[in-house]
Amino acid sequence: MVLVYAESPKGQFKKSALEAVTYGKMVADAMGTSCTALVIGNAENAGQLGKYGASKVVQANGAFENFDSQVFATVIANAAKEMGAGVVIVNHSSSGKSLLGRLAVKLDAGSVSGVNSLPTVDGGFKVKKNVFSGKAIAEFEIKTAVKVLSLMGNSFPPAESGADVAVESMDANAPAAKITVKAVQTVDGTVPLPEAELVVSAGRGMKGPENWGIIDELANVVGATTACSRPVADIGWRPHHEHVGQTGVAIRPNLYFAIGISGAIQHLAGVNSSKVIVVINKDPEAPFFKAADYGVCADLFDVVPKLTEAFKKFNAAQ
Amino acid sequence: MKLLVCVTQTPETTANISFNADNTEFNTTGVNFIMNPYDEWYALVRALELKETAGGSVTIINVGPTANDTVIRKGLAIGADDAVRINAEPKSSMFVAKQIAEYAKEGNFDMVILGKESIDYNGASVGAMVAEYLDMPFISFGTKMEVAGNTATINRDIEGGEEVVEVATPFVLSAAKGMAEQRIPNMRGIMMAKRKPLNVIEPVAFDDPTAVVSYTLPSAKSAVKMVDPEDMDELVRLLHEEAKII
Repeated sequence: MVLVYAESPKGQFKKSALEAVTYGKMVADAMGTSCTALVIGNAENAGQLGKYGASKVVQANGAFENFDSQVFATVIANAAKEMGAGVVIVNHSSSGKSLLGRLAVKLDAGSVSGVNSLPTVDGGFKVKKNVFSGKAIAEFEIKTAVKVLSLMGNSFPPAESGADVAVESMDANAPAAKITVKAVQTVDGTVPLPEAELVVSAGRGMKGPENWGIIDELANVVGATTACSRPVADIGWRPHHEHVGQTGVAIRPNLYFAIGISGAIQHLAGVNSSKVIVVINKDPEAPFFKAADYGVCADLFDVVPKLTEAFKKFNAAQ
Repeated sequence: MKLLVCVTQTPETTANISFNADNTEFNTTGVNFIMNPYDEWYALVRALELKETAGGSVTIINVGPTANDTVIRKGLAIGADDAVRINAEPKSSMFVAKQIAEYAKEGNFDMVILGKESIDYNGASVGAMVAEYLDMPFISFGTKMEVAGNTATINRDIEGGEEVVEVATPFVLSAAKGMAEQRIPNMRGIMMAKRKPLNVIEPVAFDDPTAVVSYTLPSAKSAVKMVDPEDMDELVRLLHEEAKII
């Protein structure tokens, strides 16, 4: 049986949780078994996970408002043992990353983090992930009876394959948290960068924070999340959480606009898994053009407003 | 404060990545190895800052062969007091975590600190595994830490923002950008590093639960298609009709 932990921060499933269940169902199909989704704490309409392939949804009730990996991993591992799960899947998210290692130890399981493909199960359980910051792909074999995987975001779009199911409750038997959450600050109203399918990113070519209006407008019209390069975050033109690249957030959106970013190798390491990259830069020698699918070599202050207008026209025609 | 900093050795950021003929091993020919930047810039330096303000000691631990001593000495030159190398080829994250935990459980450390991930396998797994083996809390992606007595207040990155948490020692922390600033070792540090203890310990027996079967390089990107700056409708059309992304 494949057990998927479906994250429900603030009681809501994000797209990543639906991706994990979709992926769990596909792994279960490949192994000729079924997929069960585990929900910890509050979640609005947990039964909807049935639509994405869970044949069973189990909810551990209790006070789980704040994340502590020790608490959550105990609940997931208990459920996995009780149900006899052969594969446990979490998201490769800020919380999933700290669950994977604990689950591996608790379940005597081999683990592969950040997987982005379906495993092959004939002649050993093998699964792939990107390594060397996206410069190569490695196929791992997991040799233990139980396997733990974390799924890279934007690798498998949520797909409906069933219908809502009834939700069963489970006793959590959770230990007390040792970590106290004092404050949470998140930007509301936009899709967080690691989950964003469309990203508009800008860099030093913007010349100053006062010029960001054209970027915000393009992002608005496209329905994209904004991001930035490291220098721009370092000098305080943009907030730290927008910084994508090796030292910032690594992302793999469907579409990445790089505007006024030269494309240093450290920046590329964080974005080179994007499906389509559009580079706008006035320097024809900018290294980013080599990693791009589409390029526009011109002054961004001329091009970006024109691109926004083109998108407005496109949106109106749709 | 007794602090343990886990460091790993990785190819440098700009290294050319290639593999042997049957694509089963990373080709190290001509590759420069460095201390994993997250371990060096953020985990190690923050540990040194804590020692400077609160006293105590900073020990470096690495799981690797003799060749890793150069990188370990660099850590000593930056300011760690002593180092331990577990003499084994690190082939899986769980093997590494097991070795670190076996050493740490006898050491009575207040904190075990490491970088948020290594830049080679990008696993971000070892910290949580060490924490689980030691039955300690784990705070990942810390960008700032203040310590008062045995309580730490830590800012950590989460999706689209940050969280501030409080935790008592002992705990395991993974450090991200913001936690500290890179330090360059000076001549005095480099000279002193030669005399600091680097203890070599044999590993405890542990079977790797995972193994890399093969490596592949991503398929080469086709050449960039340049679009006329005067015709942004064409770019939108290409994204819609050719790339089918919007």
